[in-house]
Amino acid sequence: MKTAQVIMDTGAHAAALAVKSARVDVVPGYPITPQTSIMEAVAAMVENGELHARFIPVEGEHSAMAAAVAASAAGARVFTATSANGLLYMHEVLHMASGGRLPVVMCNVNRGIFAPWTLWADHQDSFAQRDTGWIQYHCSSNQEVYNTILQAFRVAEQINIPVMVNFDGFAISHCLMPLTLPAQEDIDRFLPPYEPGWRLDPAHPSSFSNVTNAAEYAPFREMLSGDILASISLVKQAAQEYKEITGMWDGDTIDTYLLEDAEVVAFAVNSMAAELRLSIDILREQGIKAGLLRPRLYLPFPTEDIINAIPQNAQIMVLDRNYNFGHPGGILASELKSVLFGRRNDLTVKNRVVGIGGIDLTRRFMAEEILSMMEE
Amino acid sequence: MKSVTKAYQPISWPTKGAGGDTGSWRTHRPVVDSHICNKCQLCWVYCPEAVIERHEITIDYRYCKGCGVCAVECPTGAISMEKEE
Repeated sequence: MKTAQVIMDTGAHAAALAVKSARVDVVPGYPITPQTSIMEAVAAMVENGELHARFIPVEGEHSAMAAAVAASAAGARVFTATSANGLLYMHEVLHMASGGRLPVVMCNVNRGIFAPWTLWADHQDSFAQRDTGWIQYHCSSNQEVYNTILQAFRVAEQINIPVMVNFDGFAISHCLMPLTLPAQEDIDRFLPPYEPGWRLDPAHPSSFSNVTNAAEYAPFREMLSGDILASISLVKQAAQEYKEITGMWDGDTIDTYLLEDAEVVAFAVNSMAAELRLSIDILREQGIKAGLLRPRLYLPFPTEDIINAIPQNAQIMVLDRNYNFGHPGGILASELKSVLFGRRNDLTVKNRVVGIGGIDLTRRFMAEEILSMMEE
Repeated sequence: MKSVTKAYQPISWPTKGAGGDTGSWRTHRPVVDSHICNKCQLCWVYCPEAVIERHEITIDYRYCKGCGVCAVECPTGAISMEKEE
């Protein structure tokens, strides 16, 4: 391991620095708060020659993802970023990236969805893309954003599936935290240049995503579904090898805190899960055996790791920063219940929707939420 | 980064007749009168299916869908559309 550099910077800049470390070739971009800081930083890096990439300013997010798909099909390493309604506007083309098996990496800076307008964080935007065939990470610190983007490129390019790296608007994107930047030669060892098995090439003309009949279409979908499940082992491998090269670890598919002897398990993603560690400390001081399980990977859902990690007879308190419309509560709770059913009948799952549209989630508030859920 | 799996990507390579015997779709057949044709090649330029041979101005009826663009574009009136049996 070479000497790393430690700086203070925002989550958005951590993402831009990861794009530079990954030696990305093409970055199509369209601004939307709170993601804009990433694109501004990447555009500046391209402009001043720090990053040898093509920056494509486009007229909207649908075009941004279309340009990303095209550049990736041409064999480039591609990055873009968006938030909230920008992500929703991309929805159609997200399917084109996954169905086309193109390893695009995108940051989504989580923000609540219109209407009415809000600028602040919740998780409705990324969870609403559950069925697009993208792998989804959710990060809880600036350092994890940087580390995860590099791991995301590695996983995406190994299995030809696009990866979305999510983190909260403002709490992560605009707040300064210490950030360790590994030496470039260590990153290059972890993430060698992208070598596509196929690319759009005028010298060898081919057609991409032509019309298929049913007998051809179904196997494409079946293979995508199977490969998304199979990507779990690559996610673990990437986290492990990143740790060996850089010494840094954010968890692989899940991240836990004081979970081994926990009787009460908090279950949440993103920045609120970092704050929840402090809530766990408050509860422990009161003599409650509390612990935390944070799924770092939301899709594919880390079923086996969750089932193996949760202690016997625990009460799981799922704190959802989103709504599962048509069901009581949030999306994470539904996902969790669906994998526990029939396999861990010893567990109890309780659920609250909190922090919608950026309502502040302090350690004391969440500790009190968990205490009140225990009374239910 | 090299793929560890052989991804199943939706790619096709252009080959003659990849779409089947599309000539069977035809209701009207373009017929070239070689006495009138001055071999200007405009029909070759306009044919959307590339089934007209450039120099002899002969039509590959296995793939010609009978759209009639050649007959409309022909400046000498050498191409007539005749109803298929």
